[in-house]
Amino acid sequence: MIEFHLNASSGVSPYQQLVQQVRRALVLGLLTAGDQLPTVKDVVAQLAINPNTVLKAYRELEHSGLVAARAGVGTFVTSTLSDSSRAAHGPLREELESWFGKARRAGLDDESIEALFQDTFRSLDAQGVA
Amino acid sequence: MTAVLDASGLGKRYGHRWALRDCTLQVPAGRVVGLVGPNGAGKTTLLHLAVGLLQPSAGEIGVLGGKPADSPAQLGRVGFVAQDTPVYGSLSVADHLRLGGWLNPRFDAAVAERRIDQLGLDRKQRAGKLSGGQRAQLALTLAIAKRPELLVLDEPVASLDPLARHEFLQHLMEAVADDGVSVVLSSHLVADLERVCDYLIVLTRSRVQVSGDVEELLACHHRLTGARKDPARLPADQEIIEASHTDRQSTLLVRSSGPILDPAWTVDQIGLEDLVLAYMRRAGEADRATRKSHLGSVG
Repeated sequence: MIEFHLNASSGVSPYQQLVQQVRRALVLGLLTAGDQLPTVKDVVAQLAINPNTVLKAYRELEHSGLVAARAGVGTFVTSTLSDSSRAAHGPLREELESWFGKARRAGLDDESIEALFQDTFRSLDAQGVA
Repeated sequence: MTAVLDASGLGKRYGHRWALRDCTLQVPAGRVVGLVGPNGAGKTTLLHLAVGLLQPSAGEIGVLGGKPADSPAQLGRVGFVAQDTPVYGSLSVADHLRLGGWLNPRFDAAVAERRIDQLGLDRKQRAGKLSGGQRAQLALTLAIAKRPELLVLDEPVASLDPLARHEFLQHLMEAVADDGVSVVLSSHLVADLERVCDYLIVLTRSRVQVSGDVEELLACHHRLTGARKDPARLPADQEIIEASHTDRQSTLLVRSSGPILDPAWTVDQIGLEDLVLAYMRRAGEADRATRKSHLGSVG
């Protein structure tokens, strides 16, 4: 079982934070197929948040095929993030590391790198590529 | 589905002063509604109109499809916790539960008892001796055990310390998860409501400035920053809520139905607090502007 937490100043909406935390737990292997997510009432009671927020997060996870709700029992993890996507992590990380090296040598500090990263991400998103 | 709150042209006047004006709202059922505004904005007036403690001077208000407080049945459908969560100081906790049972036909004593146990309240304790947080929880317990369809709470957490505030909201949200009760709660602090509300009404200077589903509101408001630009040249579907300029840069908070396409702008999402503050400031400025034009016409 995982426990959720919320960062009030992150600028990310609470429901997205819940989704991200489940996805991250899946990537890190903290959650695997068959594991149960906290019940809506447990999350609500722990974080003092709107039940609809939790329901919405769970629905989105269900929609992306990561979890499934069993009526009267709870919500369970159905798939671990595919091995193929995890296999891709290694080479992508290496490429990213070499790119970071290049950026540093070009004189970019961490903040500029992050800004460039975000900016590229957003413009790709806007073009519908990402 | 029937709206929990349905107001049209609603107003309340005290002598010459309007405490609430031109209030038109439709709040769907099953929501947790945050009513936000500074002190004296008209929040309590709106809530009192909704529960039937006040009669409108103008317009109409419907609650759960009925008229506020016009029948015992209607009274039973709405739970109300007034500002500062009043209780009877000389009565004990147990007396309050008994009183709740006598006064409310649908009172669920088992729910009330369970909550009192959960809270660890001493049933023999006089309510006047309870801490602020305990008193608020007792008032909430009575309101929830009444099994209402709508809970109306006026500044329930304003006077509580952060821990008591969190615990109060926890219990309130549990009730929403359990019963699906609709909630309207007011606060002058957005931060109190950010996690619990999925519907927002911003009320300042006796008028509703903006209202709607929180996520929809956040999705259609953007902060634009870029080289200085004349705001009049924005596309027609972008309404400026707030603008500030330096000699080189313009920062705008706009409401837009579509995406922002102009690549000259850096577009950022805004938080609930930013949104509320922008509408409050806009109302303040509009007010100052009218006052100035009045003075101008006099002079």
